[in-house]
Amino acid sequence: MSDNKRIDEPTGTETVGHEWDGIEELDTPLPRWWLWTFYITIVWALIYTILFPAWPLVERATAGVLGWSSHGELNKELAAADAKLLPIREAIGRTPVENIPNDPELLRAAVAGGQSTFKVYCVQCHGSGAAGGKGYPNLNDDDWLWGGDINAIHYTIEHGIRNPDHDETRLSMMPAFGRDGILTPAQISNVVSYVQLLSGEGKASNATARGAQIYAENCVSCHGAEGKGDRVQGAPDLTDAIWLYGGDRDTLVATVTNSRQGVMPRWGNRLDPATVKMLATYVHSLGGGEATVVAAAEPVPAAGGAENVAP
Amino acid sequence: MSHPEDLKSLKPSLYEARKGVYPKAVDGTFRRLKWAIMAITLTIYYVTPWLRWDRGPYAPDQAVLVDLAHRRFYMFSIEIWPHEFYYVAGLLIMAGIGLFLVTSTVGRAWCGYACPQTVWTDLFLHVERFIDGDRNAQIRLKKAPMGATKLSKRTAKYAIWLAIAMATGGAWIFYFADAPTLLRDLFTGDAPYVAYATIGVLTATTFIFGGFMREQVCIYMCPWPRIQTALMDEKSLTVTYKDWRGEPRTHGIKKAQAEIADFDKVGDCIDCEQCVSVCPTGIDIREGPQIGCITCALCIDACDKVMTQIGRPRGLIDYVTEESADLEKAGKPPKPVIRTLLRPRTIAYFMLWGSIGLAMLFVLGQRTRIDISAQQDRNPLFVRLSDGHIRNAYTVKVRNMENRPREVEIGLEGLPDAIMWTAESTRDTGSRTVTVATPADAVAKTRIFVAAPAAGEPRKDIVFTVRGLDAKGGEDKTQVFFDREAAQ
Repeated sequence: MSDNKRIDEPTGTETVGHEWDGIEELDTPLPRWWLWTFYITIVWALIYTILFPAWPLVERATAGVLGWSSHGELNKELAAADAKLLPIREAIGRTPVENIPNDPELLRAAVAGGQSTFKVYCVQCHGSGAAGGKGYPNLNDDDWLWGGDINAIHYTIEHGIRNPDHDETRLSMMPAFGRDGILTPAQISNVVSYVQLLSGEGKASNATARGAQIYAENCVSCHGAEGKGDRVQGAPDLTDAIWLYGGDRDTLVATVTNSRQGVMPRWGNRLDPATVKMLATYVHSLGGGEATVVAAAEPVPAAGGAENVAP
Repeated sequence: MSHPEDLKSLKPSLYEARKGVYPKAVDGTFRRLKWAIMAITLTIYYVTPWLRWDRGPYAPDQAVLVDLAHRRFYMFSIEIWPHEFYYVAGLLIMAGIGLFLVTSTVGRAWCGYACPQTVWTDLFLHVERFIDGDRNAQIRLKKAPMGATKLSKRTAKYAIWLAIAMATGGAWIFYFADAPTLLRDLFTGDAPYVAYATIGVLTATTFIFGGFMREQVCIYMCPWPRIQTALMDEKSLTVTYKDWRGEPRTHGIKKAQAEIADFDKVGDCIDCEQCVSVCPTGIDIREGPQIGCITCALCIDACDKVMTQIGRPRGLIDYVTEESADLEKAGKPPKPVIRTLLRPRTIAYFMLWGSIGLAMLFVLGQRTRIDISAQQDRNPLFVRLSDGHIRNAYTVKVRNMENRPREVEIGLEGLPDAIMWTAESTRDTGSRTVTVATPADAVAKTRIFVAAPAAGEPRKDIVFTVRGLDAKGGEDKTQVFFDREAAQ
C-alpha cells in the first residue's frame, strides 16, 4: 500500500499511502523538538535506572547509587513521626494520669495514642471496640469491678489482675463453693435463685428465702448485704443488669460452683509509663469512665453505677 | 508552505525543524484591542493576589485565596468549603459553555486575544522587538555571527524574558498563600519548598513556551484548536482573506498591466506580504483557514493599512463568516454581523450559560452556613448500662461556616424517653439538647451518648438537629439509627 504515496497538492505534504474510501492520511513530519523530547526521556530513563532501584536481577533489583528504598523511606517517616510525637509523650509521662483529662491537648493525644496501643495489645480479649465478651469485661459500660475512675483503671492496667508473680496485682479469690464442697448443689441452686432475685429477675419463693440465708452466711463479706459488690475486693455488683460471664441460671450455677478466676496481664513491665497512661485515658474516655475520687473524700461507695458516669 | 512541485524531488523528512517566525510590528484597531486585553489580563493576573478583603479576625484578608492547607477557597465575599466544590465545577461548566458561546460567534477569539500562551508570547515578542529591533533587524541578527553586539543583545533579551517568567511563576503562588507574608518568606528563604519548586517550574515553562516554543504550542501541543474547529460553523466569524476580491494578486500596477491582459480583473492584493510578516504564527492567511491561524487579526490591521495607502477599500482580510463569504462571492450584500451573533445556537448557549450562573447565584444566596452530620459507633453498636438502659454513641460534626465562633444547640428528635449527653458531661446531666461551642470557620467534633430504655424496636430512626444560637441562626438536621438488642 505504501507504493501509493504521493504528494498532496494543497498542502505539499506526502501521504502515507493508505486509502480508505477515498480518505487519505498526510504523513506530516513531526516537529524536531518532539524528537529531542523523546531522546531526553530516554536519557532521563537511563540516569534514573542508575540512581534508583531498577534492573531486576535474580535475587533483587539493582540498588541504585542513591541507595533509595521504600523501606528506608518508611523508616525515615516513622522516625520523623516518633520525633514529632516525642514532646507530647514526654508531657504525658510527666503529668499525673488523673490530670490528663483536664488538658484538652494531652487528652486528645492520650486518647489517640491509647486507641492505637489498645488495637495492638488489648483487642485480643476486649475486642476492637472494647466491647469485651464472655469473661472479658465490656469497657464501654458503666460497671467496673475494680473501679472506673482514671486512677483505678490505670492501676488495673499497670498491675494486671491475678498475676501470681506480682504483689501489687489486683487479686480476689471467690471460693469454688461447689467444687470444694462448701455448698451442696441444692444450696447453690437456692443461692442462685436469690442472686437472680437481687438482680430483679424471678420472684421471691421458698428457694430464695433459703438462698438469702446461705448468701448471708457465705457471700455478704465480699458482695455486701445488698449485693452491691465491693470494688476494693473486685467483687461484682450482683444487682445491676451487667454480667461478666452471663446472668442465666446455668451460668450462675457454674460460677458459684467453680468460681471464676479471670486473668489480665500486667502492662507496667511491658509498656512504658506514658503508654500505660494513654491506655488508661483511652479506656476512661469510652463512655463509662467515672470522676476521680479525691483522696480526702469518703471511700468509694459500694454503689457504682449509673449516677457515677463522668468524664 | 512551499509549492508541491518543489518538494517532489526531495525525500520528505520525518522530522521538521521549527521555521523562525519574526513578526513585524503593526498598529491598528485589532492591535490596540490586543494591547487593551493584554493590559487587562496581565493586570488581573499580577494584581489579584494583592487585593485585600476584610473578613474579620478569624479569616484571611486576601480577596482571592485558594487556601489548600486549610481547604478553603476565598473569592471576595464568597467562601467555599471543600464539600461545596460543586460551585467550582459549576464555574468550570460555565467556562466550557462560555467558550462554546465565544467560539460559535467569534471563532477562535480565545486563542487570538485571551489565551495565556498568546498574551505571554505577545509580551515576549515586544521585549524581543525592544532589544533586537523589528522583523528585518531580527532576521539580520539571527544570521549575523556571534559577536559582542549579538551576545549582549541575546543576554539582555533572555534576561528580561527570564525576569518576566519568574514574575509569572512568582505571581501564581501568591494565589495559594497570604501574598505579603509569602513574598517576605520567599526572600528570607523561609517559604515552603513547594513554593520555590512551583516558581521554578512555571519560570521554565513561561520562558520556554513564550520565548521559544510559541506557535509550536498552539499547533502541536494544544488540543483546543482542534476542538474549536469542530465547534465553529458557517455562521462563526473568522479571519478570512477575500480571495474573490484579492485575486489575481499582483506586484504593482505597471507589472499588472504587463502581465494580465484583462486589467479590470486585477485583484486588490498587491502581494506585499505584510499579512505574512506580521503573523505571530508565521502563516499565510491567503491560503485559507488553517490550524495555525489563532485569529489574532493582526493581518487585518496590516492589510487595512496597505489598502488605505493604495486607495482601496479596507477589509481585504477581515472577520467574515463563511455564509457571508459565499454571499459576497456571489455579489450579494453580506449578512449583518448582529444576525450572525444572535442566532438560535448562540442564544441557546447564552441561556444555558446564564441560567447556570443564575442558579449558582441563587444557591449561593440560599446556602446556610451551618451543617450537621452524625456517625453512629459501629463497634460496639450499643452498650448495656448497669441500670439496664441501652446507650448508643455518635460522633457528631457541626460545621460552623461563619467567620466567628458560635454557640450551637444540638437537639434530638424521636425516641421520646431518650436522653443525651456529651463526652465532656455526665449522664445525670443528660437532657434532650446539648449546647456546643464551635470555633470560627471550623468543624466542631462532639462525641454524643444517647441512652434509652432497653425495651423497644431494635432499630429506630432518630434525628440530630442543630440550631445557631446567635442572631444569624440557621439550622440543619441529620438522621441516624438508634440500635438496641432485639427482643428475646
